[in-house]
Amino acid sequence: MKILHTDVLVIGGGLAGLRTAIGARRRGLDVSILSLVPPKRSHSAAAQGGMQASLANAVKGYGDNEDVHFADTVRGSDWGADQDVVRMFVHMAPKAVRELAHWGVPWNRVQGGKHNVIINGQPVTLEESEAAHGLITARNFGGTAKWRTCYVADGTGHSMLYNVSDQAIAANIPVLERTEAMALIHDGQRCYGAIVRNLMTGELFAHTANATCIATGGFGRIYRISTNAVINEGMGAAIALETGVATLGNMEAVQFHPTGIFPAGILVTEGCRGDGGLLLDGDGHRFMPDYEPEKAELASRDVVARHMEYHIKQGKGARSRFGEHLWLDIRLLGEQHINHKLREVKEICQYFLGINPVHELIPVRPAQHYSMGGIRTDAHGQSPQLQGLFACGEAACWDMHGFNRLGGNSVAETVVAGMIVGESIADYCLSEAGQGMIDTALVKRFLQQEQDALDGICKSKGTEKASELIKQMQTLMTDYVGIYRDGTNLQTAVSELKSLLERSERVGLQSSAPGVNPELVMAYRLPRMLKLALCVAQGALNRTESRGAHTRLDYPQRDDSQWLKRTLASWPLGASSPTLNYEPIDIMKMELPPGWRGYGKKDFIPHPDADTRQQQVDAIHRKTQNRFERQQALLPFHHLLPEKFHQNNARFQENSEGESP
Amino acid sequence: MTQDSKQRIPVNESEPNSRQLTFEIFRFNPLDPGSEPHFDTFTLEETAGMTLFIALNLIREEQDPSLQFDFVCRAGICGSCAMLINGRPDLACRTLTQALPSTIRLAPLPVFELIGDLSVNTGKWMHGMSERLQTWVHTETEPDLDAMEAAMEPALAEQIYELERCIECGCCVAGCGTAVMREAFVGAVGLNKMARFRLDPRDERDDGAFYELIGHDDGIFGCMSLMGCQDVCPKALPLQTQLAFLRRKMAFAGI
Ligand SMILES: Cc1cc2nc3c(=O)[nH]c(=O)nc-3n(C[C@H](O)[C@H](O)[C@H](O)COP(=O)(O)OP(=O)(O)OC[C@H]3O[C@@H](n4cnc5c(N)ncnc54)[C@H](O)[C@@H]3O)c2cc1C
Ligand code: SF4
Ligand code: SF4
Ligand code: FES
Repeated sequence: MKILHTDVLVIGGGLAGLRTAIGARRRGLDVSILSLVPPKRSHSAAAQGGMQASLANAVKGYGDNEDVHFADTVRGSDWGADQDVVRMFVHMAPKAVRELAHWGVPWNRVQGGKHNVIINGQPVTLEESEAAHGLITARNFGGTAKWRTCYVADGTGHSMLYNVSDQAIAANIPVLERTEAMALIHDGQRCYGAIVRNLMTGELFAHTANATCIATGGFGRIYRISTNAVINEGMGAAIALETGVATLGNMEAVQFHPTGIFPAGILVTEGCRGDGGLLLDGDGHRFMPDYEPEKAELASRDVVARHMEYHIKQGKGARSRFGEHLWLDIRLLGEQHINHKLREVKEICQYFLGINPVHELIPVRPAQHYSMGGIRTDAHGQSPQLQGLFACGEAACWDMHGFNRLGGNSVAETVVAGMIVGESIADYCLSEAGQGMIDTALVKRFLQQEQDALDGICKSKGTEKASELIKQMQTLMTDYVGIYRDGTNLQTAVSELKSLLERSERVGLQSSAPGVNPELVMAYRLPRMLKLALCVAQGALNRTESRGAHTRLDYPQRDDSQWLKRTLASWPLGASSPTLNYEPIDIMKMELPPGWRGYGKKDFIPHPDADTRQQQVDAIHRKTQNRFERQQALLPFHHLLPEKFHQNNARFQENSEGESP
Repeated sequence: MTQDSKQRIPVNESEPNSRQLTFEIFRFNPLDPGSEPHFDTFTLEETAGMTLFIALNLIREEQDPSLQFDFVCRAGICGSCAMLINGRPDLACRTLTQALPSTIRLAPLPVFELIGDLSVNTGKWMHGMSERLQTWVHTETEPDLDAMEAAMEPALAEQIYELERCIECGCCVAGCGTAVMREAFVGAVGLNKMARFRLDPRDERDDGAFYELIGHDDGIFGCMSLMGCQDVCPKALPLQTQLAFLRRKMAFAGI
């Protein structure tokens, strides 16, 4: 039996995993990282548009600060987010951007003086302060009150991932590339590492650790049309679920991005609209202002995606041999801008659509994009159910996105979470709770179990084909658990997914190739993906309201009186479906009590305590002198952060009272 | 993994004149004692918008489930899928079959360790190169994360990004005569990275330090300037200019 051991095992080599590993390593711990692919090929590299942080250096960001970012994020989440966590996040985001700048990310910078931009379809001249020349600039993104999204052309995630990954190499952190975590080793109370498989040789072995962190990204590939990489199959969340103990939060909260290119689903960034691009229908009409007079194309993603699908259903789509779609028009941004700031977009259009977006329209339609849900953790990133298990990044739900994530908040979350969770892991490992021996018999049992399961698949005489069942699952999810949902379709999805899960036990292989055997990989991932799909579908069926990206045609209102709570899914050992529990979100602790988001639907069913809380908040506003004091009085959060991150963020033009002109 | 292939169905019906494609694919499983390197032939009907990503997945789903290849982003940005396409290194995911003749020969990138069939271990090679060339910003200063960031000229930031666009796909290495002959040669990818860090004022290394890393035959002096690399780089990085510039600087630093 082969067993590797390190103090910390990080599963996932994307931005979240790498930053966590660096943090723990800097505290003197022995860390190793597992990744399905070389870390720089993780899907973080695909983030084009940018990273939100309230630096307020650019003229359209003046007046921005943590409070504005906080409010945007909570509204974006449709009040599903944990406001403590959002507070920690908005406080940390400027530090994260600055750390990345120090590590080499070539953030685009403010150019002092006049420059021309497109706002709401019109050319506008902006004048940047000469004093801000060379500071980190920002672009506009959906659902934000200020221009807050820091960017590196449209290769933001690429630059971030490369520089962070190179820092991990500098820190000498070993990465086991092409290695897959197959199961968590645990005794029902504590996690001791994972059983892993080498994806080059097929070798199965154990990797134990005092602390294990899952940073495996999203699970978009349970859908047929997704912007996600093909490796985003949610295996980290699935193996946590398969412990029978750890829980997954808000799995029904799935984001659809307005602009996947049609039909391949490859993303073109929200930056296209942020920089002034427009959405047009089949008649060439700019339709978004009809639905959202104020924010138009730049309402939050859930809102824009819904209007787009609705508009298509009204017969207003453009038609092609692949089906119906809408158009994204970035021609008005001009060749110079597209060549410099939207280069990857241009390449994608050229290679996959054969068009030049400088002169032609881009066919788009919403596509699955982001998983708000994931492994439930506390504000320190640890699972409340399984000690020693941590999670961060898109794979986790510490819950800063609630039911809709704002563009640019995700890559920001990955690094911020890494900065925080790396420290919590180190604290844990260095504390008494994190010590202790690992029972070899337990490790052996888990290894044997996994080996038996693989042998079982290889020997099976079953006639079901994994690739076929995966397709059926993906189609069910896209057709029935997509942007618009209703009870009947969700019920169908749930029962058909259950039957697929049964059929997945009868999968047989045609190939017995030694080594990794891609067919075997698909076969063992299939039931795990189906379990996640069932958590999503069942969660969506039970949630009889519409909140953020979760839209029920039969329950169109947000219902704070019933549903101001988080879904927690677990999968008891041997069960055929998930168990759902609910965790209330305490309205009496909210810094920003629920209301209208400022875009989207105006009517919702209020929580009975909403007014009381609002009055308390208003009273505190009247009593306090400056924004820091007010914030402290409303929702203290510093105690949740490592001490080294407690200081306020310096800001261009802001004084120590937090005021800016 | 199958979304794009799903969408071919309606297209197929509306395309009476579709071509029959013949794929000749390199096969070898080093873990199988019975396996010998050879080419297998598969045929597929071409559909509109078909990329090699779609085609290879279809072949694996319908004809040979053991076929090994690597795709991650399928959008031309992650650098996983480089292979020899009719002899030329390129990204398979963004190569449309319509741009190719009806017989398409696919082989793994040379130079890199073969994992199986079309899958090669570029990750290991790149990691080794990064360690040797120390491809990260070297600085002695600890950042103050609470303070304003240091200013940088906007044009310089853009120039750095220009060189940072490399996706470590390995095409330039596979297309390089020196890399084929000299195992330790760092390739255009490595040299370009040196140019990137040299340009970056945050990196405190001087030309002497860079000379230590690349001032030899496995570095800039091993390069024969034939520019096979620039021709095949899918990100169109300005390798020719950068390599020439670096050679001048390093020749000078070596004196
Ligand atoms: C096309 C696209 C564009 C985007 N653009 C933006 C943007 O502009 N701004 C923004 O804020 N967000 C954006 N996002 C979202 C953002 O990029 C992701 O949410 C974020 O990068 C996720 O980072 P991560 O580290 O959590 O996961 P990932 O980067 O997905 O990394 C997951 C890692 O886990 C590993 N892994 C997975 N399963 C296993 C396993 N079982 N065993 C071992 N390793 C495993 C993988 O190999 C990988 O290294 C975009 C997303 C997409 C799809
Ligand atoms: S110029 Fe020629 S020798 Fe030099 S790196 Fe490029 S391909 Fe290799
Ligand atoms: S320089 Fe170009 S060809 Fe070489 S690895 Fe980078 S992107 Fe690929
Ligand atoms: S799969 Fe990412 S570049 Fe081809």
